[in-house]
Amino acid sequence: MSDAPAKAVPRPTPETAEYWAAAARGELRLPYCAACREYVFYPREACPTCWSTALTWTTLSGRGRLHSYLISHIAAPGFEDDVPYAIAIVELDEGPKLMSSIVGVPQTPEALVLDMPLAVEFEPRGDQMLPVFRPTGEAS
Amino acid sequence: MTHVARGLIVGAAETERLGRIPDRSAIELHAEAARAAISDAGLTKDDIDGLATAGMPPITVADHLGLRPSFMDGTYIGGGSFLLHVRHAIAAIDAGLCENVLITHGSSARSRVGHPPRVTDPASPPGQFERPYGTVTPPTMFPIGLLRYMKEFGLTHEQLAEVPVAQREWSSRVGRALFRDRITVDDVFASRLVAYPLHLLQCCLVTDGGGAVVVTSATPSKARWWPKPPVYVLGTGEAMAHSMISGMADFTTSGAFARSSALAFEQAGVGPEDVDHLMIYDAFAHLPIYALEDCGFVKRGEAGAFIADGHTRPGGSLPVNTNGGGLSYTHTGLYGMFLLLEAVRQVRGEAEAQVPEVDVSMVQAVGGMFEAAGTLILGSSDACVGR
Repeated sequence: MSDAPAKAVPRPTPETAEYWAAAARGELRLPYCAACREYVFYPREACPTCWSTALTWTTLSGRGRLHSYLISHIAAPGFEDDVPYAIAIVELDEGPKLMSSIVGVPQTPEALVLDMPLAVEFEPRGDQMLPVFRPTGEAS
Repeated sequence: MTHVARGLIVGAAETERLGRIPDRSAIELHAEAARAAISDAGLTKDDIDGLATAGMPPITVADHLGLRPSFMDGTYIGGGSFLLHVRHAIAAIDAGLCENVLITHGSSARSRVGHPPRVTDPASPPGQFERPYGTVTPPTMFPIGLLRYMKEFGLTHEQLAEVPVAQREWSSRVGRALFRDRITVDDVFASRLVAYPLHLLQCCLVTDGGGAVVVTSATPSKARWWPKPPVYVLGTGEAMAHSMISGMADFTTSGAFARSSALAFEQAGVGPEDVDHLMIYDAFAHLPIYALEDCGFVKRGEAGAFIADGHTRPGGSLPVNTNGGGLSYTHTGLYGMFLLLEAVRQVRGEAEAQVPEVDVSMVQAVGGMFEAAGTLILGSSDACVGR
């Protein structure tokens, strides 16, 4: 056993369990509010706009674009070997924005071009699978 | 121009020392500042019947000071909490709940003596949806929308570097500021990267220190003599926008800044053109840029050039962060108290880098990572009438 700190592992709640269960299957899923025609991120029991509880878990395309990011030179616990590393905001094709990592590309301003197309993949993290994004190589 | 005062700030003080204070725990910094602010107001402990604080529960601070208040406010939004406390204290005084409200801040963010640790529950929204991607301290979160702003509005790295350069022009005139040497854009670029696109000199200090104010009624029937010129609270605002930065609706603007400042302007009956002096919470260099735009001082996309062109510096048209700001003066984690204290000094005419004739000063604070905001508009006696 190593004494080195481990990276943070998400702990699902009853309301987010399907998000993490889907990730373990390789799917990105979110609750969808048909009344507002909007996905709800982060997952919760009711739509924060109209308070409808008639939300439908829906599988997304897993495609998006690099909306914004920073490159951290500070290591979070467990990230000591990763610095500098990007922490990004991904805008999914279906509209929601979420935080993620950008993998398979140097963590540099030159390689990380805003609006570049991305596709989701999943990395093991503790007992969960974590959604991360990789550039598709298509033009921005 | 005369305005209606909603409340008075009659006592204001900082701890004697700022910076590194390893021989005091955080609670004692609350207490030292509290005693000094009450003394500054010419009051005694027995006059205080309301207490508001952040970073520690009000009962902890009240008990430590031997107070038994009939009004307590522990509202916590992050660094701007104390501005909300002023707003709430005025409402409580108006409602007859209390007469003199003490608002305290104390922090051992540098030495971490009696300082509560930062813990994120792995089941909370940030614990599930932010921490796994390597967020830990504010620099790993706060600047995350900045590259989007730079792309949308053409803000340059040089303009962003002018923010700390401008504020060092102020702090070079302030003996109590921790960093007083004037710097250049090249110095900013030569400092190490902390969270691209921000370098070390574009990130706030981490210090120990404390401050406190005393708020009382502005009702003319309660008028009395005060040892220092009372500072009139003309307008207040508060707002929230999201609970973690990845939930920001638009990464190029703070909705909380816009709504909080609009409430304060409306209540005060003034607009940006009436503000003689402005304090903006500057945990990082992009915050003054967002706030200048979101509060309506300049149009969207113009703040970088406004700062680079010198308007916020000594002698400029809109003096901003005249103590040097969180980037130069001090930053205790919850810096909002120091914004307020510098605005009080400027309105009283006792600031180290005093701006001539400050009749209207505005304080614009952030809470968390653009999560919330608080605004105060303060006036001198020349600007005000009591109700």
